[in-house]
Amino acid sequence: MNDSIDVLVNGEPRRVVRGATLLELLRALELDPRAVVVEHNRAIVRRPRLGDVTVAAGDAIELVHFVGGG
Amino acid sequence: MTMAVDAVRDTPFVVGGRTFHSRLMVGTGKYRDNETMARAIEASGAEVVTVAVRRVDLDRSKETGILHHLDPNRYVLLANTAGCFTSDDAVRYARLAREAGFNEFVKLEVIGDQETLLPDVQGLLDAARILVKDGFKVLAYTNEDLVTALRLEDAGCAAVMPLASPIGSGLGLLNPYGVRTIKHRLTVPVVVDAGVGTASDACVTMEQGVDGILMNTALAAARDPVGMAHAMRLAVEAGRTAYLAGRMPKREVAVPSSPLEGMLD
Repeated sequence: MNDSIDVLVNGEPRRVVRGATLLELLRALELDPRAVVVEHNRAIVRRPRLGDVTVAAGDAIELVHFVGGG
Repeated sequence: MTMAVDAVRDTPFVVGGRTFHSRLMVGTGKYRDNETMARAIEASGAEVVTVAVRRVDLDRSKETGILHHLDPNRYVLLANTAGCFTSDDAVRYARLAREAGFNEFVKLEVIGDQETLLPDVQGLLDAARILVKDGFKVLAYTNEDLVTALRLEDAGCAAVMPLASPIGSGLGLLNPYGVRTIKHRLTVPVVVDAGVGTASDACVTMEQGVDGILMNTALAAARDPVGMAHAMRLAVEAGRTAYLAGRMPKREVAVPSSPLEGMLD
């Protein structure tokens, strides 16, 4: 069995470890979970639950934060 | 100096249950660097500062995050839905912004036209109703149309934000009558958003009696953003104070200021 799966992160294809949680994905991307908001297949996942939600093949994940704007 | 006038005669500026001392709100976009932005915001005296929600840059080619330059304890961060062209997108962005965890305020933009960035009023009203129901305090960016402003107030918006002129145009207040009419008719605060280019624009806008102004490009694109921020702070105070003081009537003929009596033969 292949140990990695393909997902879309911010619209870009990424390969992640099978069974990885969103929290592990953030760690792999070296992102501070306190500094980003995570949307998983169009549903917001709150910070305390990031370690509970497992990523599946084909999932769409958006990682957003605040930038300068008017 | 104007603080004394404010303290004596002005009513508090309250939006969504929060009281502000400054009637100037500022954006954080388009500054040449974050240090200039932070200094300009400080010089403006603004307490409400807008931010946008965007994807994190996963390659770290540029640091786009803005929060370490803005103390959330000092400023009320007002997330916008800039760039959204549908009510669904705007609702999605607003919810993501709220999740970032600062407050329930959102500056709602639903854009209807790429070239002018004028609002899609139908999408705006749809999104406003959804977000109000969802517990948001919605500050709705709109045009200077009275009926749309009334509908936004009916929808439960915490403030209505008619434009002075298109976003980033710096054309100043194109329709003082429209903005004044909205202010006369609405109960919720009216904050003019977008189009102010320089201090005189801000002053004239405040002289219409509106509750405040939100601006971004006028500061960020000035030769000296910090200097312009200071000028805007003064202009907003001057315009507000002049509005409260009440201007003299306009006349088509001259009226002498000096006595006609006592002239020499």
